[in-house]
Amino acid sequence: MTSNQAHHNYVAEGRTVGFFTDPTVCIGCKACEVACKEWNEVPEDGLIWTGHSYDNSGSLGGATWRHVKFRETENPVGWTFLSDVCKHCEHAGCLEACPTGAIFRTEVSSVYVQDDVCNGCGYCIVGCPFGVIDRRPQPLPGAGGAFKCTFCYDRQIDGLTPACAKACPTESIQFGPLDELHARADKRVAELHARGVADARIYNPVDTSVGGIHAFFLLLGPPEEFGLPPRPEVPTVYLRGAWLSAAMTSVLALAGACLAFALL
Amino acid sequence: MPGLGTSFGRGGATTAPSDLVNSEAILIMGSNMAENHPVGFQWVIEARERGAHVIHVDPRFSRTSAMATIWAPLRAGSDVLFLGGLINYVLDRGKEFREYVVHYTNASAILPVDVQDSEELGGLFSGWDAKSAKYDPNTWSFQRSPAADRKPPSDATQNPGGHTKESGARAADLADYDRDPTLEHPRCVYQVLKRHFARYTPDMVEQYCGVPKERFLEIAEAYCSASGSEKTGAICYAVGWTQHSTGVQIIRSAAILQLLLGNIGRPGGGILALRGHASIQGSTDIPTLFDILPGYLAMPKFGPDSSTLAAYINRYRDRTGWWSNFDKYIVSLLKAYYGDAATRENDWGFGWLPRVTGDHSHQAYWLDMMDGKVEGLFVMGQNPAVAAPNARLERKALAMLKWLVVRDMVEVETASFWYDSPEVERGELRTEEIGTEVFLLPAAGHAEKDGCFTNTQRLLQWHEKAVDPPGDARSETWFMYHLGTRLKEKAERDPGPRNAGLNALTWDYSVTGVQREPRVEEILQEINGYTGPDRTPVGGFGELKADGSTACGCWIYSGVFPRLGENRAGERHSRSAYGHGWGFAWPADRRVLYNRASARPDGSPWSERKKLVWWDALSREWTGLDTPDFTKTKPPDYQPPHDAEGDAGLAGDKPFIMHPDGVGWIWVPDGLADGPLPTHYEPLESPIANPLYPAQQINPAALKMERPDNQYARSPDPRFPYVMTTYRLTEHHTAGGMSRTLPHLAELQPEFFCEISPELAAERDIESGGWLTIMTMRGIVEARALVTPRMRPLRIDGKTVHQVGVPYHWGSRGLVTGDSANDLLAISEEPNVRIMEAKGLLCDVLPGRRPRGAAALDLWRTHMSHSS
Repeated sequence: MTSNQAHHNYVAEGRTVGFFTDPTVCIGCKACEVACKEWNEVPEDGLIWTGHSYDNSGSLGGATWRHVKFRETENPVGWTFLSDVCKHCEHAGCLEACPTGAIFRTEVSSVYVQDDVCNGCGYCIVGCPFGVIDRRPQPLPGAGGAFKCTFCYDRQIDGLTPACAKACPTESIQFGPLDELHARADKRVAELHARGVADARIYNPVDTSVGGIHAFFLLLGPPEEFGLPPRPEVPTVYLRGAWLSAAMTSVLALAGACLAFALL
Repeated sequence: MPGLGTSFGRGGATTAPSDLVNSEAILIMGSNMAENHPVGFQWVIEARERGAHVIHVDPRFSRTSAMATIWAPLRAGSDVLFLGGLINYVLDRGKEFREYVVHYTNASAILPVDVQDSEELGGLFSGWDAKSAKYDPNTWSFQRSPAADRKPPSDATQNPGGHTKESGARAADLADYDRDPTLEHPRCVYQVLKRHFARYTPDMVEQYCGVPKERFLEIAEAYCSASGSEKTGAICYAVGWTQHSTGVQIIRSAAILQLLLGNIGRPGGGILALRGHASIQGSTDIPTLFDILPGYLAMPKFGPDSSTLAAYINRYRDRTGWWSNFDKYIVSLLKAYYGDAATRENDWGFGWLPRVTGDHSHQAYWLDMMDGKVEGLFVMGQNPAVAAPNARLERKALAMLKWLVVRDMVEVETASFWYDSPEVERGELRTEEIGTEVFLLPAAGHAEKDGCFTNTQRLLQWHEKAVDPPGDARSETWFMYHLGTRLKEKAERDPGPRNAGLNALTWDYSVTGVQREPRVEEILQEINGYTGPDRTPVGGFGELKADGSTACGCWIYSGVFPRLGENRAGERHSRSAYGHGWGFAWPADRRVLYNRASARPDGSPWSERKKLVWWDALSREWTGLDTPDFTKTKPPDYQPPHDAEGDAGLAGDKPFIMHPDGVGWIWVPDGLADGPLPTHYEPLESPIANPLYPAQQINPAALKMERPDNQYARSPDPRFPYVMTTYRLTEHHTAGGMSRTLPHLAELQPEFFCEISPELAAERDIESGGWLTIMTMRGIVEARALVTPRMRPLRIDGKTVHQVGVPYHWGSRGLVTGDSANDLLAISEEPNVRIMEAKGLLCDVLPGRRPRGAAALDLWRTHMSHSS
């Protein structure tokens, strides 16, 4: 079984990789957040106390690429932690919306933003059904441009594990070939069900236009309870319909104009 | 440390975090292991995934509780009551591991008629002297049938307790006593224990700890069933236990429980003392404590016991057991210090060591500093202005110094007190009136120097310098070495008796590079020890001698550098389940201490499942999965000849080789200042009277150090109705110097907050996300209000007791700032190790922010003066 600490050759092999994040072993330590920022030189983006449990990162954004969610429950008292990240969708809304070609799909099928090509138009931001990618505000370095998780593409090219997975002390974040991770995840859910954790399920919306996510999660309840959309859609899935509507409208408008002329 | 040291023989974790995967049950108490040992905690999760119970008992529901299988809320300061409840559960239901208890503990030892337990004397043990406020440790010894050739006990009444081993001259009566192996004699330790904990019932636990009875019984059944030849349980603790006025006795309760359940020295068993920093274990092994020398030898105390080396050795050397080698270790240490200047004629330079004349611990000398009795101070890699209790007093005391040297990577609050502190803001200190000359020197970070950490599992790991420190930043080694060199140059010009020690001191490490950094490997080699004029390394402490032919800087580390070029602390190729080949664990790379106890008295494993170390009859030696913590060739059926000494004086079925009788101590006859058994006392401030002993509210031997600038609330006190506990968060590092100054950490927890229950928030009209103000008899702070159901109100003796959670990482400097929780704590000393009581104090909580400036103190004084 591939571990987070092993060297690999996935980029050269063109193998599709993924993250499987399992909150049942997450201790909410935020090593993933810090490792990501340290490796990728992502700037600090706000010394703001939110008052929301222990989560002061708030959400994913242009300068937060790993975000640990904290969920407190009562009766009985409980606390769940889940490390959120860019989903690297099978059909990625950001990639489809990008007009400059800055966003492309890598050899390992991750979705990568080239900061030096991005023109800051922001189309990708409305294109993402998960609210992941965002522009960095002033005065952060690179302000104006859109940024998100790179899947540590530079590390992967050198056979290394992404920083977050490498740092995770309990292997809540698991990195590896996507098919292998799916097998592991299914086994884990079966294990949890056998132990009486009936709520455990995999979050990987394959039956939507997103077509599945390469960074997928085990959840202990419905996705809405973890701030995830139950049926995410890629906005470009409405394009055909939208163009058709536009075309139909213009035909009708032309027909109407001709009719108006004819009746004059 | 003395809790583990007196119970088993060594003051350190008995096992490693990775061994927890072998546990059937893990009890985590006085600890937030997931948040403070996140990497080590992976083994707890692994154990849980293999089906182990993970039990967390804590005033708060923390990130550790979230991963546990059972959590119980606990009133801070009631730990002895809870653990005593578990002991009672075991004894009441006969769940002890009988064979282990009979052979491997002193449960069978018989106490003389005149030794009285706290249950008989209303909260005191026999031997209490009210005038000196001390116990006479001679009164807790075992019964010995008379014999002509026994030595009388020596005078051990001075300063009992402390970090060092204590027995020695009294070893004769500690090894050779009357026993009843059937455990039925009414005065045997086992029966005394039963009577002692008889009142610690599940009802008592519910009523005074706040743990619901069903939850307590669930925990007791889960934990106490992990016992016997096929199962083991482990206990993990940290400063939630040690930072109490009864800290050592809390740990002793756990030690008694583990001895009764037969868990010490076995895989998946043991007690994991989770230490607080990367190398805090190292800083007690090679101590930064005033009362011990390297390897837990005692600092000589001023008095007849230290007038000569012979008297000192006589005081501390045991006749039987491994401490019979005490003389070899002190002489080798002196030879390391003084080299050729140490000769047999001058007692190997013993006279040059300073003598302890009183309490020179942090809190005691800081009070002296406050009273103007201390001229100068070095503060290195510590920030008492934020991290030490009664921080207002800590900061004010700095202003009484003539000079202060602070070495750190940033300008911490301890260095800036004179112009940036609450005292300056409030007008209590005026910059222009402070006479202290402050030197702030930049320190190197850990990647900028060679060195060695000793972590919580006694593992030495060498780390290599990656880059030179920038600018003027230098390592501690550089600083101490070059300071020492200059001091020695001065001493050479002034060779009177006062400088004799300094002149005799060997100080000959070579230096390297433009910065002239001492070669740290040479220091490690000296710590390992060597012999002969060419300094051949010794292979281990077994080669040390008392004749001046060997030198050794720390006997417990000996073996880390057994040959030139072989730095075992730097090894990184693990070749066994216990990690042999990665680093070096003291002593002698034994990973699980007392592992002889993992085998039956006859030397065979207790079970195939729980085998660790066993006797191989063919090769006539101990073997197994770990380095045996036992003489390799001593057969299990060895019986010592009459009057045999040293290790030869211990039988082949005695695993606790540091003790003169070779067994684990359920009853501690010697070595602790506050009792041979743990008993429940309330914290120094408490919402209730002691339910067990109306006449003895608190630990009689604890020191409150009460004075006008260090005051206490009454117990209970209507001005301060809530119980407060302090703790750390994963995101910050202790006093915050290394985390409040780093953006990627500061942004994770930017503000000082306080956790309270929704019930308390309603009672005090506090809004979550808003502000609140906390007051104690020591000070006033403000914090953001985090209202959460993870803080539970408790029912204690029919009343509601609220607990308040206060993380302590903030100070006035850095990217993120805030009030310091330590402004609220009192200076106090547990009697054995002199640690303050940082959890279980009384406070009040009000909505809103505190006033700015001096008005804050006005509000605080008004509050203290309220009628009560």
